[in-house]
Amino acid sequence: MTRRLDVLVCSGAACVSSHSAAVRDALSREIDENGLSNEIRIVETGCMGPCELGPVMLVYPDGAFYIHVKPEDAAEIVQEHFLKGRPVKRLLWEDPEARRIVEGKKQIPFFAKQVKVVLRNCGRIDPENIEEYIAADGYEALGKALTQMARNEVIQVITDSGLRGRGGAGFPTGKKWQFVASATGETKYVVCNGDEGDPGAFMDRSLLEGDPHTVIEGMTIAAYAVGASRGYIYIRAEYPLAIKRLQIALGQARKMGLLGENILETGFSFDIEVRMGAGAFVCGEETALIASIEGERGIARVRPPYPAVRGLFGMPTLINNVETWGNIRHIVLNGADWFRSIGTERSPGTKVFALSGKVKNTGLVEIPMGMTLRELIFDIGGGIPNGKKFKAVQTGGPSGGCIPEKYLDTPIDYESLKELGAIMGSGGMIVMDEDNCMVNIAKFFLEFTSDESCGQCVPCRTGLPRMLDILKRITSGNGTMDDLDLLQHLGEMIIETSFCGLGKTAPNPVLSTLKYFEDEYREHIEEKKCRAKVCTDLIAYRIDEDACRACGICAVNCPVGAITGELGKPPYIIDEEACIRCGTCLEVCPFGAVHVLSGELCNQDKREGSK
Amino acid sequence: MKLEDLRKIREQAAKELSLRSGKARVKVIVGMGTSGIAAGARDVLAAFVDEISKRDLRDVMVTQTGERGLSSSEPVVEVREADKPVIVYGDMTAEKARRVVTEHIVNGNPVSEYTIEVREG
Repeated sequence: MTRRLDVLVCSGAACVSSHSAAVRDALSREIDENGLSNEIRIVETGCMGPCELGPVMLVYPDGAFYIHVKPEDAAEIVQEHFLKGRPVKRLLWEDPEARRIVEGKKQIPFFAKQVKVVLRNCGRIDPENIEEYIAADGYEALGKALTQMARNEVIQVITDSGLRGRGGAGFPTGKKWQFVASATGETKYVVCNGDEGDPGAFMDRSLLEGDPHTVIEGMTIAAYAVGASRGYIYIRAEYPLAIKRLQIALGQARKMGLLGENILETGFSFDIEVRMGAGAFVCGEETALIASIEGERGIARVRPPYPAVRGLFGMPTLINNVETWGNIRHIVLNGADWFRSIGTERSPGTKVFALSGKVKNTGLVEIPMGMTLRELIFDIGGGIPNGKKFKAVQTGGPSGGCIPEKYLDTPIDYESLKELGAIMGSGGMIVMDEDNCMVNIAKFFLEFTSDESCGQCVPCRTGLPRMLDILKRITSGNGTMDDLDLLQHLGEMIIETSFCGLGKTAPNPVLSTLKYFEDEYREHIEEKKCRAKVCTDLIAYRIDEDACRACGICAVNCPVGAITGELGKPPYIIDEEACIRCGTCLEVCPFGAVHVLSGELCNQDKREGSK
Repeated sequence: MKLEDLRKIREQAAKELSLRSGKARVKVIVGMGTSGIAAGARDVLAAFVDEISKRDLRDVMVTQTGERGLSSSEPVVEVREADKPVIVYGDMTAEKARRVVTEHIVNGNPVSEYTIEVREG
């Protein structure tokens, strides 16, 4: 008997951590108990995208999309939906605007505006089953390249497609391949850069977890095109699920003769090894990554010579990012014109983003290049939660910049973002609302990069901590207006003189916030005010005399005993000196009597208090 | 393994994935409400699935729906095809289901003796 239903349970890392495995087990038990195991199959897939709503699950053929599924829901879903055909409405995704229940996945705005090329199979196939990948045209592109195309034809189609490096820099991929193909060396290497280090970024992890064969196929095609015999996938050790699925995929591909000796009996041989990184941010820089694979300390090397000429073990090396590899098979199979039909003239194709921060639908999205930031954040992302106001969006992670509201209609492509002082980066997209302090955000990213500096060159090693010192000074209320010029000057100098990409981009978050949010810096310095009420040295907690009911809850919960008062006799009072500004009283007050002040008012109060 | 072998594996494996394509020439919808199930809709559904798989009809999708109100005619089955009127069959059994597959779905002739409703799609 054939199957009647496929139940796709998302097993991306986010859903796994919200216990999708327990949901799967419960469903499987219920399906068995109802004697449906011949008709219904449970498939574990990679990330479906809307991580916020996990664990999520998709039922085919009807396309019902379940969210926040718990093991206790399994019996009802099996009884009502799988047996009787009535989807369990209370668990279906509901459009918050229309207040109507959406049964089909395609109708959900989060999915409707996306164009899935790289993530085509993510959330649709079982990543641990090579046959499902093959069914979805898997390894057909490799077959086409090996049997119908000359090496230079493969490179030509990649060049013609206009594909650019998805790691962030946007270097034309075809050109890179050409360099490696024409370089001479005993052995040539193909490397996949999976050292995804930006805070809040999970594009590469999701692709490797959800569709590892796409990356393997892309690398194998490249190996044929440039004449490489060995490949490495460099991936962070903190991505255990991706590593596990990758190892399974490599094993299955070898077993079927799609990797290893004599691939598809064409005489071409190529194999891939997985190398785990220890999680140093600098190892995302290609020469540092190469050093790390060689067993050396992960620090950048002088370029030129570029890796294409002298890379891994001194040999010509082709190194591309995970998402770039994910595009290859599609271009080989569908042609350069097809690829150019998506996206913009200078940035063809799609881009995957990890949407996070203050946005309703956080998760993994793939959009055609050229879509505006507004469409991505407000249509796909669903806008800002809790009725708050949009303030900025950070693209490109710690190397990127913050873009303010007035540029929301900027199309997303390499050039437009660069013009704004941000970068495309690898696809991190962090949305900020009015509760985010831009000075504090700049400080956060700089803390990260100065921590991750490898220490090899002076500007990065010493310059970044100096910038951080200044930012700390400003956020603690001790900054001067000269500090702003100093920040600007230091930032520009570090960009100009640093050795590798880490230092060359690290000042970006500071420079872009200085450019677009200078007034917030000024407020911190001149008015000792943090308008977002984030910088703890510039805020004060106060209990409203009229609203206080003297219940004493704040005093009981205060970790430092800074609140005093008498039960039933309002108001309670916070001792400014003792207060550590942890915000506990604000959270626990049942009457909303605790307020946060910053700027003039609180300074005035402080002065009065000290009298 | 050669490219031809890969394609053979694909053909086999593609059947496994056809449910997820959402594309089907014919959609068979079996009423699986309480009264439908009580009247034997489970057997009807199983017969459809079995017959369709035996004949390897990959463009046919079997799905279920809830109660539609025609309790006296349960099990009720609806057959939908693009650009054709929807045919609703009543008082179905496993045997009747197999006949619907042969005559209606394969040969394109709705079985008029089981038909209880014809309406525009």
